Amino acid sequence: MSKVLAVLEQRDGTLRKVSFEVVTAARRLSSEVDAVVCSSPGAEGCATAVAERAKSGGYGAVVFAATATGRDLAPRVAAKLGVGVAADVTDLTVEGDAIVATRPVYAGKAMQKVRVLSKPAVVSVRPNVFTPDAQASQVKPETLSVASPGRVVVREIKAAPAGMLDVAEAQIIISGGRGLKDPANFKVLEELAKAFGGRAAVGASRAVVDAGWRAHADQVGQTGKTVSPSLYIAVGISGAIQHLAGMRTAKVIVAINKDKDAPIFKVADYGVVGDLFEIVPKLTEEIRKLHG
Amino acid sequence: MNIAVCIKRVPDSETRVKIASDGKSLDAAGVKFVMNPYDEFAVEEALRRKEKAGAGEVAVLCLGPAAAQETIRTALAMGADRGVLLQADKIPADPFEVAKVIAAELKSTSWDLILFGRMAIDDYNHQVGPLVAELLGLPCVTAVSHLEIEGSKGVAEREIEGGIEVVEFPLPALLTVDKGLNEPRYPALKGIMAAKKKPLEVKPVQVGGGSLDVVALTPPPERKEGRIVGEGAGAVPELIRVLREEAKVL
Repeated sequence: MSKVLAVLEQRDGTLRKVSFEVVTAARRLSSEVDAVVCSSPGAEGCATAVAERAKSGGYGAVVFAATATGRDLAPRVAAKLGVGVAADVTDLTVEGDAIVATRPVYAGKAMQKVRVLSKPAVVSVRPNVFTPDAQASQVKPETLSVASPGRVVVREIKAAPAGMLDVAEAQIIISGGRGLKDPANFKVLEELAKAFGGRAAVGASRAVVDAGWRAHADQVGQTGKTVSPSLYIAVGISGAIQHLAGMRTAKVIVAINKDKDAPIFKVADYGVVGDLFEIVPKLTEEIRKLHG
Repeated sequence: MNIAVCIKRVPDSETRVKIASDGKSLDAAGVKFVMNPYDEFAVEEALRRKEKAGAGEVAVLCLGPAAAQETIRTALAMGADRGVLLQADKIPADPFEVAKVIAAELKSTSWDLILFGRMAIDDYNHQVGPLVAELLGLPCVTAVSHLEIEGSKGVAEREIEGGIEVVEFPLPALLTVDKGLNEPRYPALKGIMAAKKKPLEVKPVQVGGGSLDVVALTPPPERKEGRIVGEGAGAVPELIRVLREEAKVL
């Protein structure tokens, strides 16, 4: 395959982890990867700069991250290039001279394999799927200067409270459901998350988000976020089909539930049956020892 | 305020996915179809904006098969004024082809706002809204979870990884909306009755095949059968052991 353009993301001047995943995915397609990053946020201006670069460079593919930014940017660039987007891809291969992308659909209840026939192919890759290789972290992207920020102006970014990771990007997720019984009880999950030393986020089932216990940003499932952490701990979640769809691509799933017949145990690698208010604090204590 | 809301008919989130005999698509037999949940927030927001403005129209647009008239009727029952079905039996996997058909229809009217759901829960693209914005040359904000509009200026909040982005934009604009923006109303009986008399125009459309050729639709990889490591807090040391030694995630 000819050259591939990898479009990276930065915040406060630092490349985000997902950028290295984008480079890694791009390398699957070609040994020749040009990495670029926009000089300022705002999808409108950035899309113009990336599209101009993509047109001039003779690229076979343009790869984005399927993040809030990338999901906004990729379609604008694609429309400027007059092509479609293979969005939220979890696997990429080259077959003949075409790119074949695998995308989870129906929130991961099925996998759709598509041949991308456009030149260039525009692809966005789901975070946490393409494990960055050592080489990827050495990438030195070229900064594309954004001529005009566009009509939509970023006024402010309100950062999440310090130490709070986004569930879509966290390596470890501890999710709670109705079994927590009260919104205040999520504290036990937050304590466990903290014990992992900044690598874990707290997620939630639809039931508790709909009840107003947790923010929608934390919801895992078909009408929330589809996540692929290395470890997913489901606490007091029975395992509705729409929830299972959102987390079944986690590498390892642990379920803690008092009902031994709960559907969550069908997808869990490891289950513990019993009272979460006894089990989780004990788990927190043990994890603290490991990281102590 | 004239507002267009683009909605989609999708399988209900509780659907168990069965693959059709062509090996490339969903077996729709016995599947319950609903309005895409994110589109409900878009319909609700349009109704509230129109109510606040005290004048204008909320039009609902849907690309889909004849049965999608039912989905449009749901939006009409919530309070939308009229519906347009862009009727096509087969929707291609390429979101750009979908966007072209929708943009062509929207172009003929001048809208203050065009709303979409953040994504459709079937194909999970998140792409059609911004593609349409680009085709129509409109400012676009995606995944809006909070919205203020004063005159011809809007301020929106959207969730980004690890924070909330606050943006300003001019109207007319295209927005895709997220859960949390509002609480969608349920259609009341009166609304359901009224919806039957509201105009619903059906326009057959030709949708191109696009550049994404579906090779296969397959079930997700099976997870290996797991096991119960024990009961109660006493099982925690064993859980830690297997997570370290077998799963190697700690």
